[in-house]
Amino acid sequence: MSRKIGDVILDLQNISLRFGGVKALTDISFNIREHEVRAIIGPNGAGKSSMLNVINGVYHPQDGKIFYRGVERKKMEPHMAASTGIARTFQNIALFKGMSVLDNIMTGRTLKMKSNMLLQALWLGPAQKEEIEHRRKVEEIIDFLEIQHIRKTPVGRLPYGLQKRVDLGRALAMEPQILLLDEPMAGMNVEEKQDMCRFILDVNDQFGTTIVLIEHDMGVVMDISDRVVVLDYGKKIGDGLPDEVRASPEVIKAYLGAGH
Amino acid sequence: MGFFIETLIGGLMAGMLYSLVALGFVLIFKSSGVFNFAQGAMVLFAALAMARFSEWANHALGGDSLLLANLIAFVGAGLAMLFVAWAVERFVLRKLVNQEGATLLMVTLGITYVLEGVGQTIFGSEIYNIDVGMPKEPVMMLESMFEGGILINKEDFIAALIAAVLVGLLTLFFQKTPVGRALRAVADDHQAAQSIGIPLNRIWVIVWLVAGIVALVAGIIWGSKLGVQFSLATVALRALPVVILGGLTSVPGAIVGGLIIGVGEKLSEVYIGPMVGGGIEIWFAYVLALVFLLFRPQGLFGEKIINRV
Amino acid sequence: MLYRENGQFKTTYAADQQIFTIAQDRWFVIGVVAFAALIVPMLADEYMFRAILIPFLILSLAALGVNLLVGFCGQITLGAGAFMAVGAYAAYNFLIRIDGMPLVAALLLGGLTSAGMGILFGIPSLRVRGLYLAVATLAAQFFCDWAFLRIKWFTNDSSSGSVSVSELSMFGWVIDSPAEKYLFCLGFIVLFALIAANLTRATIGRQWMAIRDMDVAAEVIGIRPMYSKLSAFAVSSFFVGVAGALWGFVHLGSWEPAAFSVDRSFQLLFMVIIGGMGSILGSFFGAAFIVILPIFLNQFLPAIGSLVGITISTAAVSHAELIIFGSLIVFFLIVEPHGLARLWAIAKEKLRLWPFPH
Repeated sequence: MSRKIGDVILDLQNISLRFGGVKALTDISFNIREHEVRAIIGPNGAGKSSMLNVINGVYHPQDGKIFYRGVERKKMEPHMAASTGIARTFQNIALFKGMSVLDNIMTGRTLKMKSNMLLQALWLGPAQKEEIEHRRKVEEIIDFLEIQHIRKTPVGRLPYGLQKRVDLGRALAMEPQILLLDEPMAGMNVEEKQDMCRFILDVNDQFGTTIVLIEHDMGVVMDISDRVVVLDYGKKIGDGLPDEVRASPEVIKAYLGAGH
Repeated sequence: MGFFIETLIGGLMAGMLYSLVALGFVLIFKSSGVFNFAQGAMVLFAALAMARFSEWANHALGGDSLLLANLIAFVGAGLAMLFVAWAVERFVLRKLVNQEGATLLMVTLGITYVLEGVGQTIFGSEIYNIDVGMPKEPVMMLESMFEGGILINKEDFIAALIAAVLVGLLTLFFQKTPVGRALRAVADDHQAAQSIGIPLNRIWVIVWLVAGIVALVAGIIWGSKLGVQFSLATVALRALPVVILGGLTSVPGAIVGGLIIGVGEKLSEVYIGPMVGGGIEIWFAYVLALVFLLFRPQGLFGEKIINRV
Repeated sequence: MLYRENGQFKTTYAADQQIFTIAQDRWFVIGVVAFAALIVPMLADEYMFRAILIPFLILSLAALGVNLLVGFCGQITLGAGAFMAVGAYAAYNFLIRIDGMPLVAALLLGGLTSAGMGILFGIPSLRVRGLYLAVATLAAQFFCDWAFLRIKWFTNDSSSGSVSVSELSMFGWVIDSPAEKYLFCLGFIVLFALIAANLTRATIGRQWMAIRDMDVAAEVIGIRPMYSKLSAFAVSSFFVGVAGALWGFVHLGSWEPAAFSVDRSFQLLFMVIIGGMGSILGSFFGAAFIVILPIFLNQFLPAIGSLVGITISTAAVSHAELIIFGSLIVFFLIVEPHGLARLWAIAKEKLRLWPFPH
């Protein structure tokens, strides 16, 4: 492979998250290196999605520190996390249903569009030029994801697999440093999964985007990830190369039950 | 001091009526997730039905027995509210399962207009009286404690008593009866309740009926005090801040919220009003609720809202 | 057969981002505006202007404003009437308190004041949504009702509580005949509709729609909820405020706070629901519908009644109006949440394929 795994880009230290009395995450530490594909696995309710929500600022952990590129990150809102280059897709597709595929992906460019509202209201030069410039970028993503034929379709009318792809496209439009994928392949058939794997690896390869992935399909996880972290009941029970994790007795116990 | 307490009690009485209307809101919101803007129109509709049925029954009975006429009218108005509940479920709610809150709110605005139109078409649009034989004369109290004593309407006392009994009955109904249990299950999760065999449609009719009866009681109390007329429908607008303050899903919240708003309105009108030209009681309640909203969006007793992704 | 887009290829992104991407649509709208500006003034009589056309234009503008907020940004408002009032009274005060204030400037300043109020009362939308927000906007309504009634400064200490604007003129053009007033309003509405169309196809419009459709996801991709929501409140209130100022200055001439009551707020919301949420065209449909229906019923119902030998009183007509409005609201929300605009779109879709539907 041409890509080279770099230094630690995001370092999570002793993260704990509670909702009222319910502990969602307890004392979790792990790091993410630049350009790697990092998988988070674990049984249902292990806290995987909560972990992503912590990373992109939807949830605020009560304890623990997060270092982004070596600098400690203060409490931040999701849109601030987005402006530092963290993008994500959602487990239950969270597209903008009333808008076309094109508009959905264009929303991903919001942070990069600077023209003020007055110019937009009058559709004056700079605003129009900016719109066209970003449209060009978005068309590149549409080409990359092979969804040219549906660009004007309202996303609500698309089948599930394509919606997942648009979701990915919207995140890519942000040109993120770190891309968080929450079960990008859930509910897909084999063919769709293969397509999705290809897109993920291409993104990682071509743009050097760091990828954090939650996935249930062990085959996929073992194939495409560089390192894996395993959560169970909000605790970390494994962390390492795919093969190491697969061999870990604790992980096997969590997945197969205590009887084995 | 006596004047202050009189104002306070006046506020509590007004607040109790707000509580009754707010109670209707809460019942419907809890069980169907509908923020029922039409509650005020239901109060108007019920009160109109009560007033006219009572008048007609009294006329038919030759004016002999007011009590009997009122009983007939009460049953008649109850049936009218049953019909409203049935129609709302059959033609509106059934078609809007799992819609967003804002859509449902706007639908109830439509229902408001229909109820106001139908109510006035059937029952007329004059000012009517409801005479349920409530004593009107005021009584002096606590003359020994304050100079001049405190002036209180007996009527208000009886009304407060009725409201308290109604709240007690509703609490029993929710906690102890099978229907009440089903209602609470529906409130928690529509689909789950349906999947264990709770008939959603019938539950909704029951809830709207109960809310209709609450509206009827509120209408009778209000109507016997001030007469039944179109402006009664706007009581919904007065009761809205109450629900916000108390929390949309909380019965005690509706009661306490109503009392707070009632007292707050009266006190602000009497003590702040003159400084700014009066008439502030309507928006004062809203601003009170609004300020509260900024600090505690779920209301006094509401459940905390957690956004899941 | 005439309505075809075949052969209209777009070679630039600019061409693909036009307001009307189909040439026939573009010509149709230009035609309608030209008709409204040139032919209508010759055809309509004074009653038409006063009772239908001028109210229709101004309420369209207000409905457009409400639609930007409710239909595009998904923030419910029950206080639009209040923002009309703010626009009207602010414009009035700018006009009478500053010497030589031009009419158009006063109207726009009225709109800007309303925008400021919109931002203020939009702040709760950052914390709460849906039902709670409805209450917050009602607070604006009742507060404004009270303020314009009781605070005498706003009404220039007029003893009756009503204010009036005597003469309207712009660059030496005295606007006094109904036809001139109509054209004045038409100019505003065309300009504002164009602005609305531009905003909704630009990044700000996409931000509003993103917030409407899925606010958490919008925030995650970097949309600042505060900026998006408050900008929607500001722009919406600006539109509504200018409409309010026009309503007071041009349509009413002299007015009291009751002209902008909570009923007006509901009426504007109904226009948006019936016309079509999230549709600029729908705002016009909704306004037309709600302006014309009462007039139609007042003419039509007594006529029907006399046919079958019943006299229908005006009270009965107004009750019937309530029932019909209410039923239509319920009907549209259940059957066609995108309102008349959606029906129009379906008709156009059919027309594209006609006469070969398969």
